[in-house]
Amino acid sequence: MAVGLAHYLGVSAILLVLGVFGIFLNRKNVVVILMSVELILLAVNLNLVAFSARLDDLAGQVFAMFVLTVAAAEAAIGLAIVVTYFRNRGSIEVEDISTLRG
Amino acid sequence: MIAAAFFWLFAAVLIASATMVVTARNPVHSVLFLILAFFNAAGLMLIAGAEFLAMILVIVYVGAVAVLFLFVVMMLDIDFARLREGFQRYLPVGGLIGLILLVQLALVIGTWTFAEEAGDLRLAPNPGGGLTNTQALGLLLYTDYVYLFQIAGLILLVAMIGAIVLTHRPRPETRRQDIAAQVARSGSVRLEKVPVGAGVASLGIRRPPALEEKPPEPARVEHH
Repeated sequence: MAVGLAHYLGVSAILLVLGVFGIFLNRKNVVVILMSVELILLAVNLNLVAFSARLDDLAGQVFAMFVLTVAAAEAAIGLAIVVTYFRNRGSIEVEDISTLRG
Repeated sequence: MIAAAFFWLFAAVLIASATMVVTARNPVHSVLFLILAFFNAAGLMLIAGAEFLAMILVIVYVGAVAVLFLFVVMMLDIDFARLREGFQRYLPVGGLIGLILLVQLALVIGTWTFAEEAGDLRLAPNPGGGLTNTQALGLLLYTDYVYLFQIAGLILLVAMIGAIVLTHRPRPETRRQDIAAQVARSGSVRLEKVPVGAGVASLGIRRPPALEEKPPEPARVEHH
């Protein structure tokens, strides 16, 4: 069975759903939520690469590289916020984060 | 044939490890499964022909991001058992929303087709002609997308500064160099004329005056 675009799209759709599922499942643990966001961005990158390969168009790979850059910056800032929050409050439960009464 | 076999292998391990990332009991295991997922995604990208992106994925994600996660998970003293409390409660609603999303995505993927003129609308067709993927990407990235490339660098710089500012805390117990105080120091430094040619034998080792015989502080000169 030859591998085509639809197979890649299927794999990345499952990956994206797993990421969203992880956000719902780990409602308390911010670190696992950040990991789920990384999974979602990985699914996006797989989609971009699959379309780029199918159309023989390199713009998709360039875009995937920028997505990767932003994902790395997001992880660094997110983890810095988690560390600061843990230092101040001694916990990283999402439900505790209500200082702004949002 | 071999490529297809490897595709299924990588895809299966990728999905299995992604499942373990979101359901693992211990966040350290989550991070390790995340690393496995990234490796398999890099394999999938290799099969698709995006060699450079696959290597970047291994270097950036496995080498930097996943290790960052590992550091944070291991350094913070978190009560993981308490964080797992809502797990059973959120399982049905999360599963329902995930299922809805998956069905919708399956409908989209199942019915969608390429437009007739999709081939003509390409932004940067692969030049081919013996160029490797990395060379082709470099030719594109440093010409057409050079401003976006610079902005990406700027984003990384801002993220770096932001992470340092967020996590840096001044600690009072550490002794830091105060350059202004050093420059403004006066009174404890003395200029002395030593006889030429005398040497250590006749003069002895000259030491700074002890604290009690400190010379009177010279008059402070105002600089304007």
